[in-house]
Order: sequence, then structure tokens, then C-alpha cells
Amino acid sequence: MKILLLMFTAILVENFIFSKFYGCCPFLGVSEKPDTALGMGMAVTFVMTVSGAATWLVYRFILSPLHLEYLKTVAFILVIAALVQFIEMFLRRFIPALYTALGIYLPLITTNCAVLSAALLAVQNSYSFGEAVAFGFSAALGFTLAITVFAGVRARIQASEAPRAFQGFPLTLIAAGLLAMAFSCFSGISFG
Amino acid sequence: MNKYLKQLKEGVLDQNPVLVQLLGMCPTLATTTSVKNAFGMGMAATAVLICSNIFISLLRKFIPKQVRIAAYIVIISGFVTAVELLMKAYVFSLYQSLGLFIPLIVVNCIILARAEAFASKNPVLPSAMDGLSMGLGFTFALCILGSIREILGSGKWMGLQVLPDSYPKMVIFVLPAGAFLTLGFVIAAVQKIRNTVEERARKKAAQKPAEQEENAA
Repeated sequence: MKILLLMFTAILVENFIFSKFYGCCPFLGVSEKPDTALGMGMAVTFVMTVSGAATWLVYRFILSPLHLEYLKTVAFILVIAALVQFIEMFLRRFIPALYTALGIYLPLITTNCAVLSAALLAVQNSYSFGEAVAFGFSAALGFTLAITVFAGVRARIQASEAPRAFQGFPLTLIAAGLLAMAFSCFSGISFG
Repeated sequence: MNKYLKQLKEGVLDQNPVLVQLLGMCPTLATTTSVKNAFGMGMAATAVLICSNIFISLLRKFIPKQVRIAAYIVIISGFVTAVELLMKAYVFSLYQSLGLFIPLIVVNCIILARAEAFASKNPVLPSAMDGLSMGLGFTFALCILGSIREILGSGKWMGLQVLPDSYPKMVIFVLPAGAFLTLGFVIAAVQKIRNTVEERARKKAAQKPAEQEENAA
């Protein structure tokens, strides 16, 4: 039950993009078409779930016993970079269909702050192993939800006639603001 | 000296990393709830940017091309950890209010972009100057956003009351939605200014040949 609450919170109430701003760069950059957005979201979900598990293990069994907790940022970003590289090679070798679908998004994920912040938050909140994996997975689902919904909105914006100064990025940000308002109604929900 | 001044102008105005290059959106949106946070974030990123630019520039002949991104990330994350520990020791309240966004400087695209585009190709001194000017540009953009959001959202600036008590506080500007809206309007204003400047330059350029023809006639 606790894990279900944690997942619900991570997907909707504390959505990574609309209430925490983790992962805004790919959110604003890649969300032009719904299907590329979905591809990016799936790649992020995959990496975040695996990296949630990997960074938890690294922290618990390497950094903690050696009292090197302060090196967690360095260690985690290395783990994530190595993991992304490894996943890319693994997919290319064994699941080529998935590789062709997600391949181009994988290198971008190393510098996606959503991945690093999920790993750091799991440590900060001292989650158990299961909770850390569930948190990574559901935070990424929230990211996918946001990026896909927003790509649909953005496809409509492109057809509209806006003042010249607002064309492109500003209008995208304002639409994101309106969507963030919609998501902020979840923030009233609390679990006792 | 003139060269460095030009670099500074480029970083703060012409090529502002946030307002013109549209990089580093996560900290821009998240840490601008007040001017104090915005300034702190900007300074932390500037410190990391200068140090990492110097180091990467020093090591640019030794880092193999294939693993350069990984090497940059290690260098940057080392400095980020140093800045994080320093802030925890000396400015604890700021450290607490910025929270996770201090370690997240590691994945700030501005820093990696400057490492890749500038520091890996240029000598130490211009690289350090590039770090300083891009960092100041980042801080400048954050402070503008922070000022707008703090004044409209709470009627204060740097914690001082600037609008009368009767002013109805627009809390939306301090909430996440307000971050997107404010940045959208600020960037629209910047684009407007750039469009006007470009148009003026084009008119001037069009006028010159015409004048020359007249003179010739």
C-alpha cells in the first residue's frame, strides 16, 4: 500500500516536470511530436528504473560502508553514464527492434536531470530497495505522461497565428504554464 | 583587454545562455521563486563554470576525443561537490532552499555546452573569461526572473516590502505555473527587442547603398 501511495504521488502530485522542474530541457526540446515524445518517455522510463536500482545498490554497498556519502553526485552520474552506454550496447546487440525505436534518445538521457534527481531523492528520503525502484519507475511515468500530453498541445499551437515575438519558444512556455496550473490541482491531495 | 570586454558583453547580452540560447531551463524555472535564491544559484553555477572551464582548457590536449563527454562530466561533478560542501558549511539556509538543484548543476546543459564548444578549443585565460561571462549572463537572467516573480508574487524584493500592503499578492507567480508563464513572457520580450534591432540594422543597410547611389549621381 505504501508503494502504491508513493507511486501515485510521484506520477501526479509531485510530477517531475510540472511541480519539481526536473527534466525540463528534454521536455521543452523533444516534445514536438507525440510519437517522438512517447519514444523519449519510454527510453527515460527504462533508464530511470534500472538506474534507480543500480544507484541504490552502489550507495548502500559501496559508498556507505566506505563513508564516502559526500561523493554520491560524482558516483551517481558515472553510474548513470555507464548504464546508458551499456543499455545502448545491450539493446543494439540483443533487442534491435527496441534499439531502433529508442536508440536516438538514449545518449540524451545522461544529461537529463530527472534521472540524477530520482537517484538523489531516493537516497535523501532513505527509501528501501523496492521503494527506490518503484519511485524511479513512477517518476519516469509521470515524465512520460507530461511530455506526451504536452506534445499533443504543442502540435495544436504550431497551427495557430501568434504575434511574431511570441512564436516558438515563448508560446511553448506559456502553454506549459497553463498545463502546470492544471497539474497543480493535484497538489491539494495529501495522504494521512 | 578589449577582447575580454567583448566576451563579457556577448555572455551577458548577445548570447545570454538562458534568454537567447535557451539552455539550462530546469534551474531557471525552479530556483527563481525569490531574488536571493536566484542570485545564489547563479553564483554557484558561475563558480563551477569558471573552474570547470579552466580545468578542461588545461587538459584539452590530454583528454581523448572518444571519452571527452565522460571526462567533462567527472571534472564538472568534482567541482559541483566542492561547491555543495562549501555552501553547506557557509550559507546553510541558501543550501537548504536550493536543495537538490545544487547537485543538479552537474547536468546543467550550459556548463557542458561551454566545455564542449569553448573550453575544449581555447587557451586558459579566454576560457576562464568565457566561464565568467556566461555565468554572469546566467545570473543576470535568473535575477530578472526572480525579481518579477518575487515582486508580483509576494510584493517584496530581496525580502524588503516594495509594494503596499493593500496590493493583492498574485501567489500564482511563486507557484510552478508562474515560472513557465514568467519565462515565456520574458523571452517574448527579448525576441521582440531582437527583432526590432535586426529590422533597424536591415533598414540602415538598405539605406546606405541608396545614399551612395545618390551621392554618385
